[in-house]
Amino acid sequence: MEALISVLTIFVLAMFVGWMVITKVPPLLHTPLMSGSNAVSGITIIGAMLAVATPNRFTTIIGFVAIVFATINVVGGFVVTNRMLGMFKKKG
Amino acid sequence: MDTAITNLGYLVAAILFIACFMQLSHPRTAVRGNLMGVAAMLIAIVVTLREPAILERFAPTLPVIAGGVIVGGLIGLLFATKVQMTDIPQMVALFNGFGGGASVLVAGAVLTDTPNPSLQLTVPTVLSGLIGGVTFWGSLVAFDKLQELVLPGRPIVFRGQQILNGLLALAVLALAVMIVTNPGDTWAYWTLVAVASVLGVLLTIPIGGADMPVAIALLNSYSGLAAAATGFVLNNNVLIIAGSLVGASGIILSQIMCKAMNRSLVNVLTGAIDAGSGTGASADEVYAGKVKSTSADEIAMFLETASRVVIVPGYGLAVSQAQHAVRDFADLLESRGTTVEFAIHPVAGRMPGHMNVLLAEAEVAYDKLKEMDEINSSFEQTDVAIVIGANDVVNPLARTDPSSPIAGMPILNVDKARTVVVVKRSLSPGFAGIPNPLFAADNTLMYFADAKKAVTDLLIAVKEL
Repeated sequence: MEALISVLTIFVLAMFVGWMVITKVPPLLHTPLMSGSNAVSGITIIGAMLAVATPNRFTTIIGFVAIVFATINVVGGFVVTNRMLGMFKKKG
Repeated sequence: MDTAITNLGYLVAAILFIACFMQLSHPRTAVRGNLMGVAAMLIAIVVTLREPAILERFAPTLPVIAGGVIVGGLIGLLFATKVQMTDIPQMVALFNGFGGGASVLVAGAVLTDTPNPSLQLTVPTVLSGLIGGVTFWGSLVAFDKLQELVLPGRPIVFRGQQILNGLLALAVLALAVMIVTNPGDTWAYWTLVAVASVLGVLLTIPIGGADMPVAIALLNSYSGLAAAATGFVLNNNVLIIAGSLVGASGIILSQIMCKAMNRSLVNVLTGAIDAGSGTGASADEVYAGKVKSTSADEIAMFLETASRVVIVPGYGLAVSQAQHAVRDFADLLESRGTTVEFAIHPVAGRMPGHMNVLLAEAEVAYDKLKEMDEINSSFEQTDVAIVIGANDVVNPLARTDPSSPIAGMPILNVDKARTVVVVKRSLSPGFAGIPNPLFAADNTLMYFADAKKAVTDLLIAVKEL
């Protein structure tokens, strides 16, 4: 129970931080914000790596697929965001 | 000690993730912010690799992990470098789906591997399976609709849709109770994922093309929440923090989009825009005898004396890939001493900020891209407003007719400009399905053409002045 409370605390506080930080992003950058945050949600890759590390063949296979999915998310998201942000230039 | 180092690494990653979002608040720092996100991800991955669970089974595990990363990385790289800027919405939707799908699989694997799991594990597992399943299939449907592969872009609604959704929700609840009370039966989890998948499809098909910005933002939020739920399953802080940051981001964006359409989230999600209902005038009444069609040469004459021109881009610009032509046109006007600015409505295009990215791609300086609130007061001092492929976001009925389906929606006040030029292929209505009195206004000239062709012809006409 205690462990649950501590992770719940982290969750709620992180939501607040997210709220405050992200309301400051201007509409100009909303598309890169979405593709960038998309890449961040690929953090599940860590869980997928841990899932692979078991003797159970079924979960190893599932973990492998999860790693593929999450990596598409992470690599694709960051690369396309970088591509987009490179296009935003000020005059002169 | 080992876990302490891992957790410290996760803390550094979490700080970098937050910093990454902070830097995204300005185009000057945003590139660095994105790189911070990459660094955070790498740190999180490296410290996880030294987890005892992985090290113990290092030999058989490493090739699987490396193989997955290589396959996924190549696919991601291929998509990300090949995609056209006009197609960014569907690509974001697709990536989003993969994130949600990964969360479902991880939660399922942990449930399978854990003997006698506690409530603290089963409850978030259920949430991860539900949210992740909805995200995966919802995103695939959104991708399909935007790409117009199988499903049409318009909303798909049928009788009893809400009842069916309700029944599926009940099934999810029943399965959730079964998983929590008897976690050994992993089939219940995969059944729940299957039901959530159907739900994901059914919840996304009623959302129409122009409402896609909301849908994508919401699915983005879900993929973050699914990752956070997986973090609860694994008791892993960095997953929870990164996931909730994404969750918050998506929620904020969908709220902004809803506000920009003056509609509630529920209204958008049920596809319930009541087109043509009420007392609104028909297209014939609004347009008959009042619409003035024009030519490139006539518009060029107006532009010759204009000192201030505002261009209003809409989805039509993206469809015809007219962004580069528009940039050339704006440059030409500027070289003749005219001030040119772009007015961007928050819901123009198919995702939040879509128009900004397109115009940035065409190398329009970002300080020329003005938000609605910033530019609206200046239309009265604007000589020519050129609307390219936009409709509902410039419809004055939103201000004047309280019974209109778009009543109260904040719009760009282009009708206040001295002369309005509307580039559009026909008088067909926008997503709201209502006629637009702007097209029949005294100071409006309609230029019926494809956006790219129209702008190119305008360019030539202005050059010949």
